[in-house]
Amino acid sequence: MSVTVLYFASLRDAAGRDSEQLPLPASLPELYMQLRERYRFPLPQEKLRVAVDGEFVAWETPPRPGSVVAFIPPVSGG
Amino acid sequence: MKRFALSAGPLDSAALRQRLLDPSAGACASFEGWVRNHHQGRRVTGLRYEAYAELAEREGEAILAEAMTRFALTAAACVHRTGDLAIGDIAVWIGVTASHRGPAFDACRWILDEVKSRVPIWKHEHYADGDAAWLHPGA
Repeated sequence: MSVTVLYFASLRDAAGRDSEQLPLPASLPELYMQLRERYRFPLPQEKLRVAVDGEFVAWETPPRPGSVVAFIPPVSGG
Repeated sequence: MKRFALSAGPLDSAALRQRLLDPSAGACASFEGWVRNHHQGRRVTGLRYEAYAELAEREGEAILAEAMTRFALTAAACVHRTGDLAIGDIAVWIGVTASHRGPAFDACRWILDEVKSRVPIWKHEHYADGDAAWLHPGA
């Protein structure tokens, strides 16, 4: 039972990887908190959005085994 | 046809305009975002755009579909660059057609504002002093 986490922009630089497989977390905020601690992400959860399987979702959405989770730091296109 | 696209190669606004041509359109508003050589007083030498492609395409399509319902438009399209860009390159192109100018102007600006606020694309700026940084506005 695992999830794939994708990293972008400053989160990818801090994590030193594009993606990784991690054990299924209890919640998306808990997963971010763990990763923030591990990789010293400067951004607090309130500044991020979260996407599951290529779609934005609410932070309360329960993680499912096999899903692809991406934490989305503030965007800067355009 | 898809209204929103990411492009790894240079944008050609003359070619992009062709897809909007329609005999019922009386107005075309377009916008080009260019790479400029400065940001908050620092000299910028170039930049890179990175996107979460799957989500960016989904959000971009949703924005343009919403623009079609919010404004009286004939067509709307947007292409955003990814990869390495030089000063003066087109970073984003938006084109909107309508019967009349009002909705064309309004929709063009609205689309750009939405793209900037919610499409997962990030700018990595390279500065003249050798430094580089991801831009995360509001962080």
